[in-house]
Amino acid sequence: MNDFPWLSLLIALPLVGALAVALLPTAREKLAKQVALAFSLAVTVLALVMAARFDTGGDRFQFTETHWWIKEFGVHWALGADGVALTLIVLSVILVPLVVLASWTDADRSGGVDGTPPKRSVKTYFALLLALEAMMIGVFAATDVFLFYVFFEAMLVPVYFIIGSYGGPQRSYAAVKFLLYSLLGGLLMLVSVIWLYPLSAKPPAEGGLGHGTFLFEELRGLHVDPTTAKWLFLGFFIAFAIKAPMVPVHTWLPDAAAQSPAGSLVLVVGVLDKVGTYGMLRFCLELFPGAAKWATPVVLALAVVSIIYGAVLAIGQVDLKRLVAYTSVSHFGFIVLGIFAMTTAGQSGAALYMVNHGFSTGALFLVVGFMIVRRRSARISDFGGVQKVAPVLAGTFLIAGLSGLSLPGLSPFVSEFMVLTGTFGRYRVPAAIAAVGIVLAAIYILWTYQRTMGGPAVESVRAMPDLSAREKLVVAPIIAIIVAMGFFPQPVLDVINPSVKQTLARVDRQDPAPKINVAENGARP
Amino acid sequence: MTASTLLAQGADIPAPHIEYDQLGPTLLVFGAALVGVLVEAFAGRAARFGAQVTLTALGLVGALGWTIWLAADSKPHHVAAEGAIGVDGPTLFLQGTILILAILSLMLIAERRNAHFTAQASALPGTEAEQETTAAGIVQTEVFPLMLFAVGGMLMFPASNDLLTMFVALEVMSLPLYLLCGLARRRRLLSQEAAVKYFLLGAFSSAFFLYGTALLYGYAGSVRLGDIAAQLDKDAGSETLLLAGVALLSVGLLFKLGAVPFHMWKPDVYQGAPTPITALMASCTLVAAFGAMLRVYYVGLEHLKWDWRPAMWGVAILTMVAGAIIAITQTDLKRMLAYSSIAHAGFLLTGVIATSTDGLSSTLFYLVAYGFTTIGAFAVITMVRDTGGEAAHLSRWAGLGKRSPVVAGAFAFFLLAFAGIPLTSGFTGKFAVFKAAVEAGATPLVVVGVLSSAIAAFFYVRVIVVMFFSEPEADGPTVVAAPVTAAAVALGLAATVVLGVLPQPVLDLAGHAATQMFVR
Repeated sequence: MNDFPWLSLLIALPLVGALAVALLPTAREKLAKQVALAFSLAVTVLALVMAARFDTGGDRFQFTETHWWIKEFGVHWALGADGVALTLIVLSVILVPLVVLASWTDADRSGGVDGTPPKRSVKTYFALLLALEAMMIGVFAATDVFLFYVFFEAMLVPVYFIIGSYGGPQRSYAAVKFLLYSLLGGLLMLVSVIWLYPLSAKPPAEGGLGHGTFLFEELRGLHVDPTTAKWLFLGFFIAFAIKAPMVPVHTWLPDAAAQSPAGSLVLVVGVLDKVGTYGMLRFCLELFPGAAKWATPVVLALAVVSIIYGAVLAIGQVDLKRLVAYTSVSHFGFIVLGIFAMTTAGQSGAALYMVNHGFSTGALFLVVGFMIVRRRSARISDFGGVQKVAPVLAGTFLIAGLSGLSLPGLSPFVSEFMVLTGTFGRYRVPAAIAAVGIVLAAIYILWTYQRTMGGPAVESVRAMPDLSAREKLVVAPIIAIIVAMGFFPQPVLDVINPSVKQTLARVDRQDPAPKINVAENGARP
Repeated sequence: MTASTLLAQGADIPAPHIEYDQLGPTLLVFGAALVGVLVEAFAGRAARFGAQVTLTALGLVGALGWTIWLAADSKPHHVAAEGAIGVDGPTLFLQGTILILAILSLMLIAERRNAHFTAQASALPGTEAEQETTAAGIVQTEVFPLMLFAVGGMLMFPASNDLLTMFVALEVMSLPLYLLCGLARRRRLLSQEAAVKYFLLGAFSSAFFLYGTALLYGYAGSVRLGDIAAQLDKDAGSETLLLAGVALLSVGLLFKLGAVPFHMWKPDVYQGAPTPITALMASCTLVAAFGAMLRVYYVGLEHLKWDWRPAMWGVAILTMVAGAIIAITQTDLKRMLAYSSIAHAGFLLTGVIATSTDGLSSTLFYLVAYGFTTIGAFAVITMVRDTGGEAAHLSRWAGLGKRSPVVAGAFAFFLLAFAGIPLTSGFTGKFAVFKAAVEAGATPLVVVGVLSSAIAAFFYVRVIVVMFFSEPEADGPTVVAAPVTAAAVALGLAATVVLGVLPQPVLDLAGHAATQMFVR
C-alpha cells in the first residue's frame, strides 16, 4: 500500500463531491446538504486512516507521489506530507464536516446570514465549500513550489464566491478586498517562483541544480547568492504575511470576517490563513535560510506589533466577528514569533499553535455564528445576559473563549507556552512584550463574555433558544479536541517535531544553551 | 523596340520559382475569397448566404488541413517564393493558430439568429432606404469574402520575409477590416465612426511602416530581413538610417498590436465594430501582428537588440500599466476588453523582449491561449441582448449570474483566465512569457507585469461582482443562446480549461515550432 495515492485521492474526493452537489437539481436543497456532508465525512475518514499510517520515525515526507505535470516548465504533480502538513490536513478535514453541519441553514432561502436573503442557490454554497476543501488539502500537500502556488491562488476563487454571494450587506466590498489583497501578494510570490526556475537551471558549479525544477526537496539544495535570496524571500514573505495576516497588511481580514458567513469563516481564518504561516515555515525558512535570518529582526518586530495591536483593536471592537478576527491577528503574531525565533520549542510550538488556533478560533466563530443567527445582529451591545436563557451556548462560548486566552488545560496554552519559552531562549525582549498579549487576551475575551453573556437577560434575547442538537453536535467534537490536546499534546508534537528539526537544520540554528547568568554575554548566541 | 526583341529579352528573364505547396494555405484562402466575390456577383440572393458560409468554412478548414500537413512534414524549412515568404516552424504554428481562431470567429459571424451586420452598408443610417432593406430581410453576405481576404493577409503577414511583402500583407489584411468595422447593424453611426478612425490611423501607421522600410533599404540596400541582418553583422552602412528606419517600422508594427502610445484606435474600434469582427480582430489580427513583430525583431534586428530593447522595455511597461489602469474606468464591456487586450499586448511584448527560443515559444503559446479566451468572451457578449441589440454596458449585466448562471459562469471563467488565475490558460501563458523574460534578465519588467496584472484583476473582478453579487434589474437583458455562438463559447471554454490544466501538448508544439526559429 506504499504507492497508494492517498493525497491525490484526498484532493479528488472533495472535488468529486463538489461536482456531484453542483449537478443536483436546484430544488433538492436537503439532498445537496446531505451529499455534501457525506462526502466531507468520507474525506475525514480517509484522512484519518492515512494519518494513522504516518510513521513518526520514518522519512520526512510520506505518502509521496511525483508525476510530471508540465514538463516544459519543470513542474511536477508532487504531493507529500510531513508532520506539519499532516496535522494541518487533519485540521482541515475535521473542520469541514463540522462547518457543513454548522452552515446547514445559513444558505437557506429563509435563513440568510444577518437577515439578508441569500443570493444564490443552497447547493452552490456547499459545492464551493467542498471545492475549497480540495484546494486546502492540496496546498498543504504540495511539495512542488509551482503546484503550491496553483493551489494557493485557486483557493481564492471559492472563498471569493462564498463571501461575495452569501455574506452580509457589504459582502461584495469585502470579497473584492479579500481577493485583491491575496492576489497582489500571490503575484509577488509568482515572481519569486518564476525566478527559482532559471536559478535551479544553472549548472551546479554556479549554485544551481543543472536542471530547472520546482520540486521542494531539490530546491532545498539550491545555493542562491545572498542578494537574490533576499528578493526571493521578500516575494514569498509578503504573500504569506498578507495571508497570515500580519500588521500592516491585515486590514482585509476584519472586513472579510464581518461580511463572511460564520461557517465558512471558520475555514478562512482557521485553515486558509494558516497557509501563510505554514508557507513561512516551509518555504521562506527552508529555501532561503540566509535571507530569513537577515529578515528576522524586522519580522519579529512585526510579529510583536501584530500581537499587541491585534489584541488592543480586538478590545475596541463592537462587532463580534470583527473582534474574533482581530484576536486572530494577535494569535498569528504569536505563530510568526515562534517560527522566526528559530528554536525547537518555538517552531514546534508555532506548528502546534496553527492546529490549536484552528480549533479554538473555529469554535469561537461557530458559537458567534450561532449567536448571530439567533439575534440577527453581530453587535456586542445587542446581547446581554444570554447565560440566563441559553446556558449551553454561553458555556461553549466561555470554553472557546478561554482556550483563546490560553487557559492551562486547554490546548492553546501548550503551544503559546512553547512559543514564548522558545522565543525567550533567544530573543528576550520580544518574548517579554509578547507575553503582555496574554493579559490583553484575558481582557478581550472575559470582557466580551461579561457584556454578552453575563448580567440580567436583556429584552431582545429573552426568547433566544439554546443550542439545538445539530449545533451541539457541531461544537462537541471541537471542545473535546481542545480539552484532549490541552492534556495530551505529545502525540501531535511527536508528529510535528521531526519536520521542525529538519527546518532548523536547514537554517543552521541550534537551540541556545540555557543560561542562568544572562548579564555576561547577552542573550544572543 | 520591336516585339521580337522584347520576346527575346523576355526569354532571358527567369520565371520566378514559386513553391506552391508551401504557399498553399494562403493561396487557398485567397482563392476562396475570389470565388466568394464571384458568388456575390452571380448567385441569387436566396442561395448566397448558404453558399458563402460553406465556401468560407471549406476554405479555412482546407487551409488548416494543408498547414497541418506542412507542419507534419519534417523536412528542413527554407525560404519560398524567391525569398519573399518564409514558411518555417513558427510561421506554420502562427498560421494554424490564425486559421483555427478564424474558424471560431466565422461561427460568430455566420450566426443568423442574432444578426450582427447591417443589411446594406450603403444605406444611410436613419433613412428610408435603411428601413426598406431591413424590412426586406436582406442578409449581408459580403462579409464572408471580406473576411477571407483579411485572413489571407493575416496568414501572409507573419510569413513575409521581406519588408515590402510584409507591407502588402499588412494592407491586404487591414483594408477589409476597415470595411468590416463599419458594418454593424445597430448603433451604425458609432460603427462607421470606428471604421473611419481605424482607417485614418491605420493608413497613417502604414505610411510609417513604408517610410521605415525605405530608410532600411537605404541602410542595407535590400528589404530582405536576412540581408538587413547581414548588413548589421558587417557593422556597415549609415547608423542614422538604420535607427530611424527601425523606429518608424516599429511604429507601424506596434500600432497593429495596439501598444501604448499607439493604442488610441483600439477602444473605439473594438466598441464600434460588430462584435464578431471585434473577436476576429482581437484574436487573429493580434496573432498575425505579433507574428510579424517576432519575425522582424528575431530575424532582421536580432543583433541590434541592445539598441531596440530599452525602447521596447519602455513600450512594454507603458502598455501593461496604461492598459490596466485605464481599463478600470471603463463601463462598456467591449471597451473594457479592448483595454484588457492592450494590457495583454504588453505582457506579450515581454516575451518578444526575451529574444530567445523560450521567448518565441512562450509568445506563441500565449497567443493561442489568449485567442481562444478572447473569442469566447466576445461570443458571450453577443449573446446578452436587449431590445437595442447587445447590452454591452456593464450596469446592464447586473445579476446575470442569477438569470443565466451558465452564461455568466462562462464569462466569469474567461475573466479569471484574463486575470491569470491558475488552472486557466491565461496563467500558463503568463507564466511562460514571464519565465522567458526572467531567464533573459528582464526581472524588473516581470515585476511591473505582475503588478499590472494585480491592477487588471480589479476590473475583471468588478465584472464578476456585477454579474453575481448584485440584484438583477427588472428589465434586464435576455440571453439569446444561439446554437452556433454557444458552440463557439463552448470551444473557447474547453480550450481555456485544457490549456490551463494540461498545457503540455500545446507547449510541446510551440516549443518544437520555436526550436528551428525563423528561416532567413
